[in-house]
Parts: sequence; structure tokens; C-alpha cells
Amino acid sequence: MRTVNVSEITENIKEMCIEANHYLSKDMEAALKHSQETEASPLGRQILGQLSENLQIAADEMIPICQDTGMAVVFLEVGQDVHLEGGAVEEAVNEGVRKGYTEGYLRKSVVGDPIERVNTGDNTPAVIHYSIVPGDTVRITVAPKGFGSENMSRVFMLKPADGIEGVKDAILKAVSEAGPNACPPMVVGVGIGGTFEKCALMAKQALTRETGAHSTIPYVRELEEEMLEKINGLGIGPGGLGGTTTALAVHINTYPTHIAGLPVAVNICCHVNRHIVREL
Amino acid sequence: MEKQISAPIDKKTAEELTAGDYVYITGTIYTARDAAHKRMKETLDRGEALPFDIKGQMIYYMGPSPAREGRQIGSAGPTTASRMDKYTPELLNLGLGAMIGKGKRSREVLDAVVRNKAVYFAAVGGAGALLSKCIQSSEVIAYEDLGTEAVRKLYVKDFPVIVVADSKGNNLYETAIEQYRKA
Repeated sequence: MRTVNVSEITENIKEMCIEANHYLSKDMEAALKHSQETEASPLGRQILGQLSENLQIAADEMIPICQDTGMAVVFLEVGQDVHLEGGAVEEAVNEGVRKGYTEGYLRKSVVGDPIERVNTGDNTPAVIHYSIVPGDTVRITVAPKGFGSENMSRVFMLKPADGIEGVKDAILKAVSEAGPNACPPMVVGVGIGGTFEKCALMAKQALTRETGAHSTIPYVRELEEEMLEKINGLGIGPGGLGGTTTALAVHINTYPTHIAGLPVAVNICCHVNRHIVREL
Repeated sequence: MEKQISAPIDKKTAEELTAGDYVYITGTIYTARDAAHKRMKETLDRGEALPFDIKGQMIYYMGPSPAREGRQIGSAGPTTASRMDKYTPELLNLGLGAMIGKGKRSREVLDAVVRNKAVYFAAVGGAGALLSKCIQSSEVIAYEDLGTEAVRKLYVKDFPVIVVADSKGNNLYETAIEQYRKA
């Protein structure tokens, strides 16, 4: 049994919120750079160039990459041989978010109630997903999520008879409707199977995968490749102003499901697909 | 076509803009997003005056991140314009000259743009650090309690935008996509 004080979680989450909002991970940066070489539209290339320049300014001058510094989504994978001490873990996570967003000059984009809509003033609470895993470490993923693209995400409860063609249509429908609203080039996270909430969670987790890394399941990998090509054939392009770079990657996760169902979730992220991982 | 224009904007200038033009804006513009639009609507419904004279003005759909010490503003890119669609035709009828945002607009908004000889510009979404460099001053002029959603008066220099919907009824989001769509 290993003991971890929750104050360590707070401190790390604070730093991770600030880091994620100022420095895009290397995989995302590389994907954006690569797209500049392949984009067919001159205006598209100009926009991709501006996005690269934007990343440079963000890092050099400590200005958030995007003003929508997101709602903090936090995945906590806690080893079953870890004993957490020093307070409630949920409060420790929220304290980390509070400190990160306040001390890091990040935008406070959270309202305390979806109907009354009064800003909480410190970007809390986070959306926290816990899982208990083997081992004695705590793995933290911080993925601040902007809502331009979150608003364009969809869940489809397909029928088994719809099959893989139905899944493809659902993904293309979500991306087509998202169009310019989701700040393309996008990263498309897809969850197939499970239940209503399981497929949505898988789609979210898919966004935190290293950009362009593929599923280890052969048919899923093929589906990822085919969907990326089809999405880039929609013509939406950078900024939605036409072009051949609509998505940088399609990541798909799957899970067993019920004999009566074929749930599909499409979680869309803009080109500012922020995700960082630390292990304590 | 590349153009330089000043803000506020007059109808003649707006009429000369065409979807696809790359435009640099210099002058005074105002920010307002979801919550500020709701308040402005309530203000109008009570028969009161808006926090600024809207004739010929440009509204930038934007809520910035906080400014660090010694700076005017934080990251400052556009938010999705369609969330303001419900409120926009009334503002255009009152003389709003232009909007800067990102994403599709409703039929009602596009019709009101044509009818009022206005223009809808897109700024590059997710380029908030880059765009903030074009903002030379920022002052909250209304609804301070809304935080990032307060109405701000900005002075911008060579602020880069693209004409999406013009006064002739063109819509770049529809035409540009067709050009690169593979059957």
C-alpha cells in the first residue's frame, strides 16, 4: 500500500490546467504542421499558418491558445494499492482547477446551474471521471474542453441492423452538421457500443489518445482511416472556409453492447485538443 | 480580395464587401456574447436604450481570458455566432452594421443582413492569442457582473477577418465547401 497526499493531486492539476492551455501537445502540433503541407486551399493554408503562429505566440507570451480555456475534464485512474490521505479527493481536484484557472489567468467559463446561469467565478467544478486500476500509482489526465466543438457532439442510438454503414453515416452526419462551428480542423472522438453513457465516455476518452495513433483492433483501425478520408472529403476545411483538412485524426473506441442496440457517440474537438497526462 | 476598412462601418462600405474578401479592420468595436445579448434584449423590451449607440457598430462575439498585468486583454478569439441568432435580427433592424464571429447563421439572420445592408465576418476560431495582438485597448462599458461576458469597447488595429455573409446574399460557408467536396 502506497500513500499519496491529495495536496499532490491539487498541485499537479493546477499546473496541468495552465500548461494545457498554453502549450499544445507535440502530437497535435505535429499534426497541424503536417496539414499545412497537404492542404489544397490557399485560404486554408493561410488559416493553418495562422494557427501555427497562434501556438507560438501563446507559448512565448503566455497567452492562452484559445480564449475558451474550457471546462476542466479530469480522468483519475487510481491504483487499487494507493491510499489517498489529506482530504476529499473531489475537493482536491476542484482546488487544483480553482488555483490553475485563477493564478493562470484562464477564463472562468462555468455557470453553477444550467438554467440560472450564474458564473462560479473560478471555473469549478471540474467534470471528474474516476476509475480504479491495478497498481500503486495515480494517473491524472487533464483535458480542458471548449464548447464550440462540444456543442456539436452527438449520441446516436442506432439499431443493430444499421451496422457499420450506419455508424459511418452517423459520424459523417455529426461532422457535417458541426462544420465551421466546431473550429476545424477537428479531432473526432468516437465511442461505439456499451450503453448510452458508456459510448459518450469512450468518445471523450478517444480525444485524449495521442493524435493519429490507431486502434489495435484491425477493423477499427480501418474504420478510423476510412472516416478520416471521408471527413476530409466533405470540403469543410480549416475554419470551415473550404479545403481538404477538416479533421486531423479520427479516434474510435469500442465496447461490448446489448443484443438490441448499437450506440454511437461522436465527441468533436477543435484543433485546440488539449490533453496532458501525469503519473504520481 | 484584401481590403482595409474602419469601424464603425457605413452601409456603402458594407455593400462593397463580398463573401471571400480578406479584410483588416481598424477602429472601435464592441464585444457581446450570450448573456450580454440576453440583457440587451431585456433592455430593449423595457423600452430602454442599449449600452452603446448601435448604428453602424460592429459586435464581436467574444469573451476574453483575463489580461495579465500590463496587458489590455488576454486570449481573444471569436465564439460561435449561431447562439446569438435569436437576438440578432432585431439588432440589425436597429442599425447594427457588422458582426464578427465564427460558424453558420440562421436564415433569419442572413435575410436581415441583406435587408439592412450589413455584413457577417468570420475571424479564425481558436486563434485567440494571435488575434489579441490586434487589440490595442479594452474597456468594460456595461454588465461588469457578467465577467468575461461583459460588454467591452475595444480599439483594434488591422484585425483580420473574412467576409462570410454579404449584403448581396452570398454565403462563403456554402460556396467554399462545394469547391472542395468530393462526391
